[in-house]
Order: sequence, then structure tokens, then C-alpha cells
Amino acid sequence: MHAFLKSGKTSTKDKSKSSQESSAVNRKKTPAPWVEKYRPKSVDDVVEQGEVVAVLKQCLNGADLPNLLLYGPPGTGKTSTILAAARQLFGDIYKERILELNASDERGINVVRTKVKNFAQLTASATRPDGEPCPPFKIIILDEADSMTHAAQAALRRTMEKESRTTRFCLVCNYVSRIIQPITSRCTKFRFKPLSEEKIIERLKFICKEESVTVDNEVYKNIVDVSGGDMRRSITMLQSVYRLKGGHDVRITSDDIVEISGVIPQRYFVELLDICKSGNYTKLEKYVEEIMNEAFSIGQLFDQLCDFVIQHSELTNKQKSVICDRLGECCFRLEDGGSEYLQIMDLGCTIIKATQQSS
Amino acid sequence: MALWVDKHRPRELSKLDYHKEQAQHLINLSQQGDFPHLMFYGPSGAGKKTRIMCLLRELYGTGVERLRNETMTFTTPSNRKIEIMTVGSNYHLEVNPSDAGIHDRVVVVDLVKHVAQTHQLDPTGQREFKVIVLSEVDELTKDAQHALRRTMEKYVATCRIILCVNSTSRVIPAIRSRCLGIRVAAPTIDEIVGILSATCKKESLTLPNELAVQIAHKSERNLRRAILMVEACKVQQCPFTSNQSIADLDWQVFLKETANQIILEQSPAKLEKVRERLYELLSQGVPPDVIFKGLVENLVRNCDITIKAETVKLACLYEHRMQQGNKHIFHLEAFVANFMAVYKKFMNDALMLDEF
Repeated sequence: MHAFLKSGKTSTKDKSKSSQESSAVNRKKTPAPWVEKYRPKSVDDVVEQGEVVAVLKQCLNGADLPNLLLYGPPGTGKTSTILAAARQLFGDIYKERILELNASDERGINVVRTKVKNFAQLTASATRPDGEPCPPFKIIILDEADSMTHAAQAALRRTMEKESRTTRFCLVCNYVSRIIQPITSRCTKFRFKPLSEEKIIERLKFICKEESVTVDNEVYKNIVDVSGGDMRRSITMLQSVYRLKGGHDVRITSDDIVEISGVIPQRYFVELLDICKSGNYTKLEKYVEEIMNEAFSIGQLFDQLCDFVIQHSELTNKQKSVICDRLGECCFRLEDGGSEYLQIMDLGCTIIKATQQSS
Repeated sequence: MALWVDKHRPRELSKLDYHKEQAQHLINLSQQGDFPHLMFYGPSGAGKKTRIMCLLRELYGTGVERLRNETMTFTTPSNRKIEIMTVGSNYHLEVNPSDAGIHDRVVVVDLVKHVAQTHQLDPTGQREFKVIVLSEVDELTKDAQHALRRTMEKYVATCRIILCVNSTSRVIPAIRSRCLGIRVAAPTIDEIVGILSATCKKESLTLPNELAVQIAHKSERNLRRAILMVEACKVQQCPFTSNQSIADLDWQVFLKETANQIILEQSPAKLEKVRERLYELLSQGVPPDVIFKGLVENLVRNCDITIKAETVKLACLYEHRMQQGNKHIFHLEAFVANFMAVYKKFMNDALMLDEF
């Protein structure tokens, strides 16, 4: 008996040990992206989105949850917030109570009719298997809802109301204007603001400390500038640079950030405008050749040029409008498959004409 | 006997001739267990493929150089069979999915699935992923790119994708944000000159510096073209002299001549002749966007700035339309006709002004 107990004990010990080991091996096998690793674990961790956090906290304390529509620019924590809330609400049975569909899943009208409806029709009890109370509903998260077809959205309408006893919907999207009116009126809308510089820097600093990366102080600011208030992009960028520099005991500098992000240095825009002011076509041709050889993305160039032109102090409003008008057209044609060389030359000629008219 | 381009291609990241800092970064990257999807972008002849092969060698050792050709067949939803040539080793697979035309979506999805389904038997001591190199991703249809986006995430455990593109503008943002972008800028003139003389030294020839500079300029910072030109020069005249002529490409001369003819005379009869020449170019396999670029470059050479702007604007419009449609000659001809009209009008106006 004694021996049996003993052997039983040792075997369990072994098991736990081996399982630990295997999990360690597993973790080593697939190092998680930092974006996943540092996703907020609870609603309290979510920064800066006051109203929605307040509502979700109420719900965690037992209040009812409305249907939610979360919208805002990418990387502001929309998906993270709802996932964290769901995890806190349901604990271990989280997987059974959540149906998460995003744009990469098939989401036509048929899926809404079958998958969503079937899931919505299941009832949910008010207790967890371990006896603890939990809210008596399930949550369907429709991520990137603005890429759903209108037909699919329309099919949701009645389902949302009919199943409101057992199911809450949470739609997440970038552009609220692409969600049809009947849906928006059925949901409580929350707008997610772009994160402020300090908050992102704070988070990046935290990650750097955890991962023991040494980073110059101005680099944080650089990352934030490049990412434009997008937390996901900042963290991904940080990790990419870290990987590329080879990990340990290297300092990450501002130049690395610029290189990774594919952002075009400011001097190229100053140069472009100077050339256009001189009205010299041959120079423009040379400049375009140069920029294409440096392999900068022309799409990126157009994006940045738009900001540059609008904020430029010397151009008149009329010049700006003429340039931006053509900028839009060129950008469209470029995305549609037009040749980079011709589009940028066309834009250059327009700027030449615009600057010459005033003088 | 191999061409010099292949013979003297660097095989290791540490032996690359330029962008050394970037090469060091790539070495660092390959030494870590984790490896992201990569996207190499840059103009042609800048050395994207060379870097990819070097990186693969760094990852897997010399085994990647034992290449074999394979033809894979895919069945489209409409039950058509497409065959695609792939080049691969035990560790990687290289394919140009745009060969399949509008059926590229099937190729992308099936190929990645096919490769990703086989795990490494013994992951210790080896990488647990294979690499798929997709070239000319910017030529893929939007549909295929969206399909790629889903598959890239799904099979990340067993396969990594390296994309090789000329311009990132045509790659959808969703794919761009999933890859680590590696910018491969074209080598500078000085770097090309250095490489050319080094190559010639290896072939035990001496290349006069003037000739090297001349070739470098003529190659438009395209290293592959530069090396091919040197080899062509060697066939023409060896040993090299510093003032020997470098052979122009036939189609470039032809295109220049066409542009000159357009400038000389603007009439329907001429237009018909130009059409013949354009057909000739197209049937020789010169890509229509290259024709457009060449025409614009040559046409605007001796014009007033207003005509230049007008020409570029027209070219822009018709080139975009050509990408949408599938009969290239129409758009080329429309451009030429329109240019003739603009040019003639301008000349007439100028003459009228002179007379008064």
C-alpha cells in the first residue's frame, strides 16, 4: 500500500515535471509576437478609453451588457478590450461562450444565417461548471465588421433582437459609416481615440524592460511618430527592429526605426518641392529615377507628401488644392496598377505648373 | 559555361558587395530561432534574389543549393488544370505564381497548404519551418493577395514566406503589415564600377576605368544588366579599350526611332506607320508599360514645359487604362494620336505667333 502510494506519488511528480518541460519546449518553439504577449489581460489594463471601460466594469459587477459597436482607428485596443472583458466575465468557459469571426473567415450571408444564428440560439446558464456565477449570455464578436457585405449585415438585424435574451453582439470596425443604420441603432456606440504619445511610450518602456532591450529615449518618440497612435504597429515595429539587430546588447537607434518602417526621410520632400519650383523637367526626371532606385515605395511617398504639402507654409491655398487634387488621382491610379514612374512624373508636372502660376 | 552573372553571384551574406550593414542584420535575423515573413523590395537588378538565396543558405546550410525543377499541377474550381514550374531544394520552394494568370489564387493557396502540411520529422538541429519564395508578388491579382493574407497566418507554424517585389505600391497593406520589409536599393555607380572591375579581375581581364563608368551609367544602376553588358563587350572586343562602343539594346534604339518619327510628322498616315512599329515592339515581347515609359522619355526631350506636362498627363491616363483593359495597342495608339494633336496644335500656335 505504502509502496503503491509512493510510486503513485513519484509518477505524478514525474508527469508534472515532464508536462512542465514539454510546455517549456513548446513555448520555446513558438515565441509569441509581443503584440499577443502584451495584450491587456484585464479591462483595467486598457488605457485611455474611459467610457467603454466604465461600461464594461459595470458589467463585470453584475450589470447587463448592451450590444456594443466599437469603432476607431487600427491599433487602439478595440479587439483587446472586448477579449479582455470576455475573459474576465467567463473565466475558464470563455471558449464556449465566445464566437469570434473576423474578416479572414467566411462571413457571407450564409454564415450569418447558419453559424451565427445557431450559436445565438444556444442557451447559456448563469453559473459556471465550478459553481461560480457568470452572466447568462454569450458574446458574438464580429471583428472587422466594416468588411461585411450589406446583405450579411441586414441578415443580422432580426437575429440581434430575437436572441437578445441569450446573446450579445459586439461589432468591431474601423469606419462606423460602413455599418448600416439599423445595426448602429441597435448598438451602443463607443469611439476609440488614437492613443496619446505618453501612453504608448509608457507601454513601450514597460515592454523594453520586460524583454531587456536597450533603447535610446528619442527612439520611443520616433516610433510613436511613425506609427501615428497605433499601438500594434509600434509594438510590432519595436520587435522587428529588435530581431533584425540580433537581440542582445545592442542599442536601437532612430535610423533603424526609419529603415524598418519604410518611411521616406523628410529631405526628399524638400528636394522635390525645390526642384519643382525651379521648373526644370530634366532635374525632376533625375530625381524620380533616384527615388525609384533607392526603392522607396511611391505609395508611401504620396501619403507623406500629402501631409507635407498641407503643412507647407509657403504654398498658397489654391496651389495646395491643385496639388492635392492631382495627388488623389495619381494615388488612385497607382493602387489600381498604374506605372509608378508616370504617376509621379505627372504629379511633379502638376506641382511645377502650380508653383509657376503664382509667380 | 555559365554567364558571369550567375558565375560570380555571391553565395553568402558575408560576401555581399554592398548594403553590408543590412547583410549583418540578416545574419542576426537568421541566427535567432524565430523568423518573420519577409518582403524584399527594390528595383530589378538590385540583388533581391541574391540576398534571398544567401539568407536561405545562412538558414539551412549548403543544402539549399542542390536545386531541382518540378512541375506542379493545380486544378482550378472550374476543373482546369494548370501547370507551374517550381524550383526548390529540400528546404525551400521558389515559384512565380503570376505565371498562372488569373488562376494565381489557386496556386498560392494550394501551394502553401501543400508545403505546410508536411512537418519536419526531426525538428532538433533543423529549422521547424520551410520557406516558400514567391516572386513578382506585385503582379498577383488582388484576390490572390487576399487569399495569401489568410494563409500566411494560418500556416505560420510550419512555413515562412519570402516575398520578392519590385514596387510595394501594388501589394495590399494587409500583406505589407504582416511582413518585415527589407529595402534593397540599387547599387550606386561607384559600387557598380567596383564590382565590374572585380569581376573582370576574376576572369583575368583588365577593364579600363572609363569603360566601367560608362557601362555603369548606361545600365541605369541595374547590376545584372551592367555585368551582362561587360560580357557582351568582351565578345565584341577583347582586350578592352577605354573608348570602345557599348552595344545598345535593339528595342531601345527602335523605340527612340519611333519617338523621333512621331515628332517629325503628325498625320494619320504617320500614325499608321507608328502603329506597325508598336505592333512590332509588342510582338517582340517588350512589355507595354516599358514602351510607355520609353516613349514619354523620348518624346518630351525637346519640348516646351507645357507640352511636357500635357504629355505626361496623357501617358498617365492611358497607361492606367491599359492596365485595366487587355488590348494594349489601343491605348498606346490613343496616346500617340493624342500627343500628335497636342504637339501639332502647339506648333501651329507658335507659327501663328511668329507671323504676327
